[in-house]
Amino acid sequence: MEGWDPNTKSTLTKIPLLTTKAGPRDGAAWTQRLKEEYKSLIAYTGMNKSNDNDWFRISAANPEGTRWTGKCWYVHNLLKYEFDLQFDIPVTYPATAPELELPELDGKTHKMYRGGKICLTVHFKPLWAKNCPRFGIAHALCLGLAPWLAAEVPILVDSGMIKHKDDTAAATASSLQF
Amino acid sequence: MEAELKGLMNDLEALKRAIPNRSHQDSIAKMQRRAEQLVDLANSAPSRRCKVKDMSAEVVDSNPYSRLMALQRMGIVENYERIREFSVAIVGIGGVGSVAAEMLTRCGIGRLLLYDYDTVGMTKTDAAVQTLADINPDVVLESYTMNITTVEGFETFMASLTNKNFSTSKSGSGVDLVLSCVDNYEARMVVNQACNELNQTWMESGVSEDAVSGHIQLLVPGETACFACAPPLVRVDERTLKREGVCAASLPTTMGYNALKDYFPTMEMKPNPQCSNSACLERQMEAEASSLAQCPVHEDNEWNISVVADSNVESTAVHGSSGALPAGLVHELPRADEFTSSPVTEEASTSVEDLEELRRQLEALNAD
Repeated sequence: MEGWDPNTKSTLTKIPLLTTKAGPRDGAAWTQRLKEEYKSLIAYTGMNKSNDNDWFRISAANPEGTRWTGKCWYVHNLLKYEFDLQFDIPVTYPATAPELELPELDGKTHKMYRGGKICLTVHFKPLWAKNCPRFGIAHALCLGLAPWLAAEVPILVDSGMIKHKDDTAAATASSLQF
Repeated sequence: MEAELKGLMNDLEALKRAIPNRSHQDSIAKMQRRAEQLVDLANSAPSRRCKVKDMSAEVVDSNPYSRLMALQRMGIVENYERIREFSVAIVGIGGVGSVAAEMLTRCGIGRLLLYDYDTVGMTKTDAAVQTLADINPDVVLESYTMNITTVEGFETFMASLTNKNFSTSKSGSGVDLVLSCVDNYEARMVVNQACNELNQTWMESGVSEDAVSGHIQLLVPGETACFACAPPLVRVDERTLKREGVCAASLPTTMGYNALKDYFPTMEMKPNPQCSNSACLERQMEAEASSLAQCPVHEDNEWNISVVADSNVESTAVHGSSGALPAGLVHELPRADEFTSSPVTEEASTSVEDLEELRRQLEALNAD
């Protein structure tokens, strides 16, 4: 954990760890794991809200809890940039981490694999492997997605690859006047 | 096209007769010659050949298998045509998978199952099926466009590997070999999981990021290390290696093929008795049981004679007791810290309703 900022470190220590090593093909054990995932997500979301650092919404998209969808956002130069967020729980979970996808950014940055899967190889995969099975979805968001957004969104904005939604609306409005 | 060209030839002939002016005759004759060339081109255009019922060794230009069947005469294979009974599953139809698929197709493999979720204007697997069917219509091709790491994709993957419609006589799974030609750790772990569960022999492949090195690994569940037994190794940044007299670049001991140096070391890896994959441990138990059953039994062995494999490959136990790696190499991913599952608490035994309650709590937080 060297090189991580103190805020992330202190947040991380407060996200409840998981104990059940089970994937989506493990029946009742997966249900137990899913409960732990929820508890840790609830604690993390609540913590973010009370620290005025709310930055994502995530919900299971199916009853089995194997597909998750939601939103995440990042504030850069006082403007909020929001993206769809989605991922599947892989069959080899938790030995392998979920591959977090931001489909709207697919093709806009090199720090991404096909389909908008963000690159987690260097900064997150070793941590996940070391902490298996104690890390869950909440840890993947905190240590995988959050630093990725902090590193990539400013570059995407400054290089003009993404525009703020008001910016686009203003541009359309001004073009209508002429 | 043939009919169109014939029509064009007739029109030109009619035009020639209708225009008596000799000055135009030459240009019409020129157009006729061009049209004739087009007819020749059309006739020589490649067309998909018919399927071949039996492979023949006869050397005639209509027999695509004569050179392959010659392998029999040369004593390389006993019965080449048996290749038509074999099924190979190829996971990942990219730089490695598409070439493997083409080579097997040209060899006349019986059946190929192709898996990829990516697209190249059309799905990669459909594009491959089109190309491969043109190359050799005898091969049975199955196209699976899906991501095998998802629960749904994995179920389809397993079902397709166990489908025995092609060769009902075979024992085991419905394929003879699985080739992993994927580009990421997650997919490799999924192929490993499937093959361990099905006791299916497979081959893993990979190309380094600079495209001049690579590796090939044969995995026989229970008998050799599985992909989870031996986690991937990476060479540490050479600049961080500053030991006197040791050049990090000369340490490709376990890294596989190095094209720049044309160096291709081989090694044998025994399965890891502490492998994290439970299906692998089951296969290891079975392999041990069957090897004990196969041992020749002698009443006594006064001179301690034992049978040793006639092979020059090194045999290496996977980070078993010592865990020491050669200088310059590290595990790509760290091993999980010691973890002992905590005793089952009261909440573990409560029912699924709690799950609903937790879901509601998260949604409540999400709502505002």
